[in-house]
Amino acid sequence: MKKVVVIALLSAAGVAAAPFFGVASLSTTVFWELRLPRVALGFLAGSGLAMAGMTFQAMFRNPLATPFTLGVSSGAAFGATVAIRMGWTFSVLGIPCLSLAGLGGALVSLLLVYGVATMPRTSSTAVLLLAGAAASFFFSSLILFVTYVSDFSGSFRILRWLMGGLETVGGGAVLNVFPFVISGSAAVFCFARELNLLTLGEDLAASRGVNVGYARAVLFGAATLMVGGVVAFCGPIGFVGMMAPHICRLLVGSEHRALAPATFFFGGFFLVACDGIARLIIAPAEVPVGVITALLGGPFFVWLLVRRSPA
Amino acid sequence: MIELANFSYSRDGREILRDLSFVVARRERVAIIGPNGAGKTTLLNCINRILRGGRGRIAVGGRPLAAYGQAELARRIAYVPQAHGRTAPFTVREFVEMSRYPHLGPLAPAGSQDAAAVRRALDDLGTTALADRSLDALSGGERQKAYLAAALAQEAEILLLDEPTAHLDPRHRAEILRTLMRVHQERELTILFVTHDINEALAAADRVLALRDGALAFDGLASRLTEGGALKAVFSHDFVVAPHPRTGRAVVFPE
Repeated sequence: MKKVVVIALLSAAGVAAAPFFGVASLSTTVFWELRLPRVALGFLAGSGLAMAGMTFQAMFRNPLATPFTLGVSSGAAFGATVAIRMGWTFSVLGIPCLSLAGLGGALVSLLLVYGVATMPRTSSTAVLLLAGAAASFFFSSLILFVTYVSDFSGSFRILRWLMGGLETVGGGAVLNVFPFVISGSAAVFCFARELNLLTLGEDLAASRGVNVGYARAVLFGAATLMVGGVVAFCGPIGFVGMMAPHICRLLVGSEHRALAPATFFFGGFFLVACDGIARLIIAPAEVPVGVITALLGGPFFVWLLVRRSPA
Repeated sequence: MIELANFSYSRDGREILRDLSFVVARRERVAIIGPNGAGKTTLLNCINRILRGGRGRIAVGGRPLAAYGQAELARRIAYVPQAHGRTAPFTVREFVEMSRYPHLGPLAPAGSQDAAAVRRALDDLGTTALADRSLDALSGGERQKAYLAAALAQEAEILLLDEPTAHLDPRHRAEILRTLMRVHQERELTILFVTHDINEALAAADRVLALRDGALAFDGLASRLTEGGALKAVFSHDFVVAPHPRTGRAVVFPE
């Protein structure tokens, strides 16, 4: 547990220093209206995506499982793409349409994948992952279609959003993403023991007393909530959900009561750090943060594959 | 302790278990044998409610299986799957501690009673020295012992084992069987184990249930299995039965 506290403290220190990083002087307005919200949004988005990735990896017993593998990110991205294309700006009970569309897309994708995977004769992890890949391709094609039928400025906005980014003014986006990430993470923390047992296989988890169907629904729901809430505002930022949990696993092990808090803090810090690089690498211009995470994530993905392959 | 009455189980339109009726008494050691695909593992999984559904009745401790909550059932039945081919990214201690799940309230931390159960299970299997090693780094025999320790830490009175000695070398097979006999005595367990090894069934069980095409082909004392063509009826194969040169107990050789 000591390691978890150290990771949490170091991550928190890194995040606290991030608004001051790379500038000689900072006006009060820029600090409060631009830098702080951006760092807070980055932290929440990173935490949410990392927690969702950790949850999927444990549930599917597959280190390559991510919000993308299961099509949840693509579903959320499609929902948000439709909202952007249609120019919807209304909100329901204070929740902006963009979040609802993202969540709706993620949910539809999840229900499709879950429905296929729980059909008779298809109740294996492999089928679930294949169904996720199929959903991912399907929604990606729909996004391409919506982009294609949009006018030039609409296509540009969708394309820019698809690259992922944390640019925000004021605390609006932070407040919108906050409930999704915090409620989803809280559910995962509460179900850490069930997550441990599900890592052993559903048969063993059930024989140890886990109500597998219920635990799966809660954890699936929590991960979807986080992915939907984050993707709607920040775009489909890739690879955070894969890299952060794996790095934490190397540091604190696979026991989820330790891994979950470590992943929450480190995931947040990781995305904030990537965003710092994105801001500074070709300053004063900025690179979308999704480009940086993908550049880091690609080699990491290959490393994971090679590491898992038998000699 | 366990009662099946006219129980059948089908999957994908195929009847895997057919009209099974038997009772397993408290503290009995029962071996389940039969050819490949006879339904042995399915039977264990139905008793353990890993597989749900089926026609007929299964009762544990006089109560129908459906009346149990999942954790409540886990406090009565512990299950040891085949450890071979399974991966788990945990240390042995973490793995064994997880078996205390059905005894813990939601979000409640493990207490001294749980720590004592884990210690005792690790000691019983001689796995205390392995406690801080990763499960994935253990040999087949060591891993099987860790799985058995985890099941014992669950402190259930019924133990279901799916081929506990499969893929093990002779020394580890003998060790696991000896350990099973010992914990059966010490903890007053009721044990059902699936095995492909007829001699293992004869040596370690009081009673043998033999399945063939999902139906019960033999149900009786282990010593009666070698009499009257029972083995041929189960496996459709001839066997030679000879006395063990040292113990005199019947030993079976396939023709």
